[in-house]
Amino acid sequence: MQTTATPLLRLTGVVKRYPTVTALDGVQLAVAEGEIHAVLGENGAGKSTLMKTIYGVVQPDAGAIEWRGAPVSIPDPVAARGLGIAMVFQHFALFESLTVAENIALGLPGRLDLAELGARIVEVSGRYGLPVNPWRAVHELSVGERQRAEIVRCLLQSPRLLIMDEPTSVLTPQAVGQLFDTLRALAREGTAILYVSHKLDEIRRLCDRATVLRGGRNAGEVDPRAESEADLAELMIGRSFPKTQKRAQARGAPGLEVAGLSLPPNGPFGVALHSVVLRVHSGEILGIAGISGNGQAEFLSAVSGERRVSPNEIYLGETPVGHLDAGARRSLGLAYVPEERLGRGAAPDMSLAENALLTASRKGMVRAGLIDWPAAEAYAARCIREFDVRAGGPRAAARSLSGGNLQKFIVGREITQQPRVMLLAQPTWGVDVAATALIRQRILDLAAAGVAVLVVSEDLGEILEVCDRVAVMAGGRLSPVREVGETHAAEIGAWMAGGFPQ
Amino acid sequence: MDRFDPLIASGIAAAIPLVYAALGELVAERAGVLNLGVEGMMLVGALAAFATVAVGGGVTLALGAAMLAGVAAALAFAALTLTLQANQVAAGLALTILGTGVSAFLGRGYVGFRAPATFEDLPIPGLSGLPLIGPLFSLNVLGYAAIAMLALTAWFLFRTRAGLALRAVGESPAVAHALGLRVTRIRYAAVLFGGAMAGVAGCYYAVAQFKMWQEGLTAGNGWIALALVVFAAWRPWRTALGALLFGGVTGFGLYLQAAGVHVSPFLLGSLPYLATIAALVAVSASPQLLRRHAPASLGKPFFEGD
Amino acid sequence: MIRLVRRAAPSRAMLWGSPLMAVGLTFALGAAIFAAMGLPPFSAFHALFVSPLSDLNGIAELLLKASPLCLIALGLAVGFRSNVWNIGAEGQMYIGAVFATGLAIHFQTRWGGWMLPAMVCAGIAGGLAWAAIVAALRAHLHASEILVSLMLTYVAALIVKYLVFGPWQDPAANNFPFTVSFEDNALFGSLVEGTRLNTSVLLTVAAIPLTWVFMKLSFTGFQLRVAGDAPAAARYAGHSEKRAIWIALLASGGAAGLAGVTEVAGPIGQLNDRWTPGYGFTAIIVAALGRLHPAGIAIAALLMALLYIGGETAQVALQLPRAISYVFQGLLLMALLACEVLVRFRLQWTASTRSSQAA
Repeated sequence: MQTTATPLLRLTGVVKRYPTVTALDGVQLAVAEGEIHAVLGENGAGKSTLMKTIYGVVQPDAGAIEWRGAPVSIPDPVAARGLGIAMVFQHFALFESLTVAENIALGLPGRLDLAELGARIVEVSGRYGLPVNPWRAVHELSVGERQRAEIVRCLLQSPRLLIMDEPTSVLTPQAVGQLFDTLRALAREGTAILYVSHKLDEIRRLCDRATVLRGGRNAGEVDPRAESEADLAELMIGRSFPKTQKRAQARGAPGLEVAGLSLPPNGPFGVALHSVVLRVHSGEILGIAGISGNGQAEFLSAVSGERRVSPNEIYLGETPVGHLDAGARRSLGLAYVPEERLGRGAAPDMSLAENALLTASRKGMVRAGLIDWPAAEAYAARCIREFDVRAGGPRAAARSLSGGNLQKFIVGREITQQPRVMLLAQPTWGVDVAATALIRQRILDLAAAGVAVLVVSEDLGEILEVCDRVAVMAGGRLSPVREVGETHAAEIGAWMAGGFPQ
Repeated sequence: MDRFDPLIASGIAAAIPLVYAALGELVAERAGVLNLGVEGMMLVGALAAFATVAVGGGVTLALGAAMLAGVAAALAFAALTLTLQANQVAAGLALTILGTGVSAFLGRGYVGFRAPATFEDLPIPGLSGLPLIGPLFSLNVLGYAAIAMLALTAWFLFRTRAGLALRAVGESPAVAHALGLRVTRIRYAAVLFGGAMAGVAGCYYAVAQFKMWQEGLTAGNGWIALALVVFAAWRPWRTALGALLFGGVTGFGLYLQAAGVHVSPFLLGSLPYLATIAALVAVSASPQLLRRHAPASLGKPFFEGD
Repeated sequence: MIRLVRRAAPSRAMLWGSPLMAVGLTFALGAAIFAAMGLPPFSAFHALFVSPLSDLNGIAELLLKASPLCLIALGLAVGFRSNVWNIGAEGQMYIGAVFATGLAIHFQTRWGGWMLPAMVCAGIAGGLAWAAIVAALRAHLHASEILVSLMLTYVAALIVKYLVFGPWQDPAANNFPFTVSFEDNALFGSLVEGTRLNTSVLLTVAAIPLTWVFMKLSFTGFQLRVAGDAPAAARYAGHSEKRAIWIALLASGGAAGLAGVTEVAGPIGQLNDRWTPGYGFTAIIVAALGRLHPAGIAIAALLMALLYIGGETAQVALQLPRAISYVFQGLLLMALLACEVLVRFRLQWTASTRSSQAA
């Protein structure tokens, strides 16, 4: 039935340019009251920028916004809230050192009465099945609880439009179900929901309509339930992609062994590790799934050598290395692609040649304490060539590369060192689809060449696609390790919540 | 008992201007801004106050002039760091150098004169006669106001919406901005408050304590105030504790001299600085403690256009 | 309305143009100050900055002042590149001078030709030792190097006072606070006859290319730069943070100590309590103005030396307080910081504040 009701929110011709890229190039969007509307696109398509424009965090360079048919301008989040728009950010907009109630108070107008606010928080969280304690400081909360606090913050404003930006990347499959129930209840009450995601199965489960963005432009507006996942993927990407080729590989001797690693928490916001035991064989890819914040960062810093432990807690091959620093472990054949590219995996204001020096210096770039710059540039040029990195050459600053290209460079830099053990953390997070496919294929090739590969990732789909065996880290503990073929998403989801045998 | 009274009194007198300067810097740092220019702001404030009384203005006018001078100096720093995105450490140093130079240059005609007016002590009858803590009730108006400022700052930071917003900005300006808080405006206000307080401290030195003007009157106390903020773990009442300890050490050195102990006055004079280092080390040695309390965005620039 | 917009990449033109702009801006402000004081700006500038340089002696004085500034700034630049802020170079310079003086006045002519080299080593050692305190407290106890080094500067000045008023005071000095004058073997040889320029300038000239090689070509220099640019990347790469802090502080401390020797074994010829040139602080501005690059620092040191000389001339010729040179220094640093914004940002004119209105 054709409805003639005015949409609650309509954007037309929205343009937003940044120095290195045009994020939005004439985008349009229309959402009706009580509609659950997906905004779909791969990483870098412009979804987050579009939402920030609606919420007033970012000002568009051109375009029109209409609310209930009347033109409006949204200069800042306060104005957005005034219209009845609320947003749950992908990286929560919470202050760690403040309590939940104080955090929520910051987003609400009026006098500061924490006691009364606390009561309202309890009431709303009960009504929608989102239990949260107003008086705990945010740094004490789990990721799921933090998201509930964010949602309760929004609900207290009785929003007409709720924007959710990639909400499920931090949830177990069970928690995703609960979230969807809450969203459906809100929609029935008349609240419109903008659901931003790149997860096709979730969108088809939850949403009434979907606007697809590709490269900052509209690629289509569809009913997701009427389309197949493959069709949606093709709209998102613009063409079909070959799946990664996995070859069967015999497993060799253990390349990396973690023998009972226990660590006290590193600082007031850290997580303790409890007796982690793990063995990664040459030629296999072992994945550690789990939501960030459960000890993965601590685990990785111990295995990579950024944090030193007792010698016998970590082995590379047969050699105890727990007491060695990162440089010494690299000499023994370890390579590591960390989670943060800019600022950690690469120094932002340094050139690609200098960044090659960062971890690959022992490959002939330093003699008698002096740097052989031509050798460093040659190495960087090789990584650029062999890993399809779009950059201005070895002298380009790391900062000037897009996320996907920088990640390809970093992965390339590590692989070109011909390691025996390779660690990767969130290898394709925030990376465009083409680069993701290349990186995943190279990881598979690496294992086929006999390297022991350990992948730590929040993206369960990635783990199941690439890895041979999988374990889950939750609360600083590691679950038993399973062959990927012998388990499935529901079991892993349960384990992510901590429900595995010790 | 009587022999300690002058020691206690001088300790408290040394502490009062430090409390002002430290409170001002504490508020700025709670908003995430590190202003190393405290010494420069104190000096211009001191000169402004002294010049005002020297030309016949009353002490109240002098106080106002000092605060204005401190705010003006802080405004230069704020414009450089908050609007022009300059490095906060370098800008703070520039402010100290400039403040030292400007105050010495403009104050050249005032060297060698005594202040014609000063802040009289206002002893509270009865309480001021008590042993040991008596001097605490025999302060001048700036001294009593310092105690009030401690309470006011603590109340502001922890019990008001504005204070909450300021602390949020200090933890994460990006998140605060995404929530709609006016980050730059809040930081400006915090920095200017710091300037006003540094000005009051300078006024105290020039008109209440030394009652004269010379180059470098504050002798590095601005830097000590910066150390006090760290020592206090960014909690207002603790700055008073640190200031009193520091004042006590200074007073102790003077006491030893007066008691005829045969140690070079120069070596005794280094006690306050050594004590400051010791206090810094004591507090910094546990990085957990500092990381928990230090404003997470301290010293990092924030550009609203990003 | 004017708005700042971040550039995609830092502007190379502005990187070297901003110091020039800052210098121009400072001189313009200076002219305004002179005019406000009733002095004709042009002749004031000529009197302060041009005529002192008009003869060989003037150039020699310029180089004599520029040399310690350049030396200290080279050391500081190594530290600043790694985000280690040594504000106490002045104190390290004093202690270097103290160590050298200790040798000179106690062993005088007995060490013959070995005295001067020994003093140079002692001076460097003194600066290293004073900076080592800061390094130890920062690297191992996490105390702020800014505050500790500054506190130690005040302590160093008091140590000097204690020595020259006390045990090291020249017995024939009538209670004036200075040591005996150094013998010839404890002084740097004269480089140009008839001027005060001595051979220590050659040490500074050698230090410039050495610093460049260290920062650009050595792996340690690279590690220090990473520590300053991206500390998390330095940890990821396995660079030792403690080592970086130690090297940064020892480099600047040693340089400052050396500068101290060149002063007491040079133009001053003794240790006294009047010698408080503030080189340790001015060198910070020299390092910033020179963009932390050895060649830039050399030029900036000459410019700053010119400001110093101008200040001294102003004292004598115009009865202005010495502090006027601090005013210029502060203005110059602020102007530099203000102009630097154009390296990372550009100006944009917008017609109205914000809008998303369209037909």
